[in-house]
Amino acid sequence: MRSIVRDNAAGAWDAFKGGAWQTSIDVRGFIQANCTPYTGDGTFLTGPTARTLSIAERLEPLLAAERTKGVLDVSADRPSTITAHDAGYIDCEKELIVGLQTDAPLKRAIMPNGGLRMVETGLEAYGYKIAGDVHKIWSDYRKSHNTGVFDVYSPDILAARKSGIVTGLPDAYGRGRIIGDYRRVALYGVDYLRRAKQRELHELDDAVFTEEVLRQREELAEQYRALGELKQMAAKYGYDISGPAGTAREAIQWTYFGYLAAVKEQNGAAMSLGRVSTFFDIYLQRDLDRGLLTEEQAQELVDDLVIKLRIVRFLRTPEYDELFSGDPTWVTEAIGGMGEDGRTLVTRTSFRFLQTLYNLGPAPEPNLTVLWSTSLPAGFKAFAAQVSIDTSAIQYMNDDLMRPHWGDDYGIACCVSAMRIGKQMQFFGARVNLAKALLYAINGGVDEKMHAVVAEGFEPIRSDLLTWDEVMDKLEPVLDWLAATYVKALNAIHYMHDKYAYERIEMALHDRDILRTMACGIAGLSVAADSLSAIKHAKVYALRDETGLATDFRIEGEYPAYGNDDDRADSIAVWLSETFMKKVASQPHFYRGAMPTQSVLTITSNVVYGKKTGNTPDGRRDGLPFAPGANPMNGRDRKGFVASGASVAKLPYCCALDGISWTASATPDALGRDPEGRQRNLSACLDAYAGANGHHVNVNVFNREKLLHAMEHPELYPQLTVRVSGYAVNFVKLTREQQLDVISRTFHQCM
Amino acid sequence: MHVRRRRPGTVKSRELCERSPEATKIPDKRKALSGTAAAQEFEQAPEPDGPAGYIHSVETGAAADGPGMRFVFFLAGCSFRCLYCHNPDTWTFGGSRPVSVRAAVAEAARYAGFLRMAGGVTLSGGDPLAQAEFAGELLRRLHDGLGLHTALDTQGFLHRKVEDRWFDALDLVLLDIKHIDPVRHRDVTGRPLQPTLDFARRLVRLGKPMWIRYVLVPGLTDDAEDIARLADTAAGLGPLVERVELLPFHQLGSHKWAGLNRPYRLAATPVPSASQIAAAAAIIRSRGLTVS
Repeated sequence: MRSIVRDNAAGAWDAFKGGAWQTSIDVRGFIQANCTPYTGDGTFLTGPTARTLSIAERLEPLLAAERTKGVLDVSADRPSTITAHDAGYIDCEKELIVGLQTDAPLKRAIMPNGGLRMVETGLEAYGYKIAGDVHKIWSDYRKSHNTGVFDVYSPDILAARKSGIVTGLPDAYGRGRIIGDYRRVALYGVDYLRRAKQRELHELDDAVFTEEVLRQREELAEQYRALGELKQMAAKYGYDISGPAGTAREAIQWTYFGYLAAVKEQNGAAMSLGRVSTFFDIYLQRDLDRGLLTEEQAQELVDDLVIKLRIVRFLRTPEYDELFSGDPTWVTEAIGGMGEDGRTLVTRTSFRFLQTLYNLGPAPEPNLTVLWSTSLPAGFKAFAAQVSIDTSAIQYMNDDLMRPHWGDDYGIACCVSAMRIGKQMQFFGARVNLAKALLYAINGGVDEKMHAVVAEGFEPIRSDLLTWDEVMDKLEPVLDWLAATYVKALNAIHYMHDKYAYERIEMALHDRDILRTMACGIAGLSVAADSLSAIKHAKVYALRDETGLATDFRIEGEYPAYGNDDDRADSIAVWLSETFMKKVASQPHFYRGAMPTQSVLTITSNVVYGKKTGNTPDGRRDGLPFAPGANPMNGRDRKGFVASGASVAKLPYCCALDGISWTASATPDALGRDPEGRQRNLSACLDAYAGANGHHVNVNVFNREKLLHAMEHPELYPQLTVRVSGYAVNFVKLTREQQLDVISRTFHQCM
Repeated sequence: MHVRRRRPGTVKSRELCERSPEATKIPDKRKALSGTAAAQEFEQAPEPDGPAGYIHSVETGAAADGPGMRFVFFLAGCSFRCLYCHNPDTWTFGGSRPVSVRAAVAEAARYAGFLRMAGGVTLSGGDPLAQAEFAGELLRRLHDGLGLHTALDTQGFLHRKVEDRWFDALDLVLLDIKHIDPVRHRDVTGRPLQPTLDFARRLVRLGKPMWIRYVLVPGLTDDAEDIARLADTAAGLGPLVERVELLPFHQLGSHKWAGLNRPYRLAATPVPSASQIAAAAAIIRSRGLTVS
């Protein structure tokens, strides 16, 4: 095992502007004092070095094999901990930033603390077997999170899960939604952080030893231990990370070690990175100024880090893969944004991170998220828009909307959920099925697919014509029941997760006293909104089976649909969001005093929810996918994506603080006739959307590969926008399959 | 996109459900125009409904119908019967909704702030000149009242129905020349070419910028000599022709013909290849014109 000589150990903080950050943990303060805003364009950027390309080349056959097999390899011989595995490399001689989750690239670890059954199911699905002693330990000696949760679930929760009115709860997988402030490792070194944790513990020595205080003390002790393990882990790679990083390479390496320890210890659905790019820029700029790095070398360090982030892997069950398809890890990095003092936080490294999409090719991970403000420097706006058009690999979030809530040092957990780094964590709660809730209101709590009572004590609507007043009267109590059942489940889940699968190293990189949010969610918003719009503005008749259950609906007349900037429909979507949030917030208890929040987000689970939901009053057929997140239902937006964005932007962020997700897909022509025009138009649209308080948008710009993929998975590409000059929008009246077929014929012929 | 900055939580459900879209107010940003006589006059008197027109549909974010991002009104009615038309459902008024000018303006007004920054409004269809009174009043209110850049997509066949001042509120004409050969023009469209050429010259006299639009259909409009003559004609109109837009034939609208029970003769016609498009563009560029 080699031992790496440190550069600049003694002068780690040289040339940095001092401040309060030197005497207490304050990464934001360090950034504010030292960052160099950049208002220029991307012409300074460089391509990949030969070294970078050789690493990528080394990985390529492994990735190809993984694509065929599903999982390349598993370390089923030992449970994963921060120190369980020896050092692993892609190419020991050439890597600049080192560290793998196990001893080989793409080899996945097992984490039985979440649930032994999940590990064994996952292993079996790919033809592996767990080591005998691991099985014994987690069967006989060590309880898991999954077992704990199911010990305490009540029958109403179990029924709700089975029917699919609540789906995707993190009771069988790691909850994620925690972002350690990994930058602290670089800025302070581990010893400083350990001393800080000791101080935090001793501050509680004379507190009254309530359960809450005792739990905190135990957590602090575990965090302290985990920090020690972090040092040991780094030592296996030859690094002594006791002290602060002294160079850019060390800063990136130390930060990555912090993140790596987290993904060795935990397999949360979302293991996000935080907001590191502007932080790294301070070190990179110092090294550039000192002549220690060239631009090419600076880019190379970022490229090497991103290669590592792209190969983070977790072993999952087939059920999980259905819910979250495509091996997502949500290594989300928040890029850019504005400072509270009005200066931009865009730096050259903001550009360098986006540049990796060219240097290493487009990829969904790390989940590069541009924090968009109408005040961002024009050079960065243009570059980001161009990258979007070239790669479709960026998502945008409205910094102007989030800054008043979260300040200027927040990161994004998973896709859309903001939180202050190191000062906040989320109790992830997946989402409830609002469309099915509406059906329960109509059917008196009887599930339309199971034909069994799931929600007790409700009377169905007996008339065939559904009237607005009667439906509303029945809907509110069902939403009350749903909110209550849901929050009970989440309280159970997070109690047990803290108890049996505590995120020691991630929480070690947080302040002791943090804000916790209970991150609830709603799915099927557009289905429910359109159904209610149909009931209000047209005539909807329930069609009943032989038992009297409403299993289908007949609509007479037309109704305004959500997604056309029509307040008659959009206001219903707003009401649903606000109302469910109110009902959640009125529950009697939230574990650990968490603040209830809500997201309108489904990721790919809109397909799963759709499968579990029967015919709905908006005309949607049994089993068909919901629209994802806050998207209008496919085909019902008839006025173009500007109108759709206007509808989505009406959903109030203050009642969906966990995020509001919109996905927009377009062909390049839909954005303009030439590259410059496209980039300007996209920028203009983003400015307008942000100005209208839209929260988030995922922008997909089609190329041929994406188009082919879209034909296989139309549900992943909602609201595909195809525009040809002078062409009127009735194209959306085709079924999705027909649309894609027509586009394919057209595009295949002229591409 | 949406012009008015909504404070979160202020949209009250059931009250809003009662509000009709026609009641949407013109946004505050118009105050930036108050100073102009037109805007003052506009603000002082409540807007009359104006003439009624038939609108087939709208597109709130079009990037291919003039400069920037545009709100496009697709008006019903067209006297041409182009073999390759992708909007045959706009030829007649059936299936289109009648709206007052005031209501139509209100729809676009929601995006006025965005459109002022990002592009403007285009009238298309169909042929907007088929509803000249409605289209003219709509242009006037959008241009003079809302300060929006306006464009008109037409072949100009019916231009003699309107006086010169009809064009005062128009910034740009997207002029569709279907074919430069008069005989072939009649084959493709069912109408003569000459009125379109007369219209082009009238626009030169009025000083109106133009983008010439030509649809490239293999086997129908792709003859190299014809394209060269078209390019010469366009070049001959002078610098007001800012560019020529070459629109490759596509099949996205073919399903509409079946829906209308009209025989579609181009089902087997291929879309032009990249090299065919490049060749046509080269001919046009060789006359010193900008092609997109």
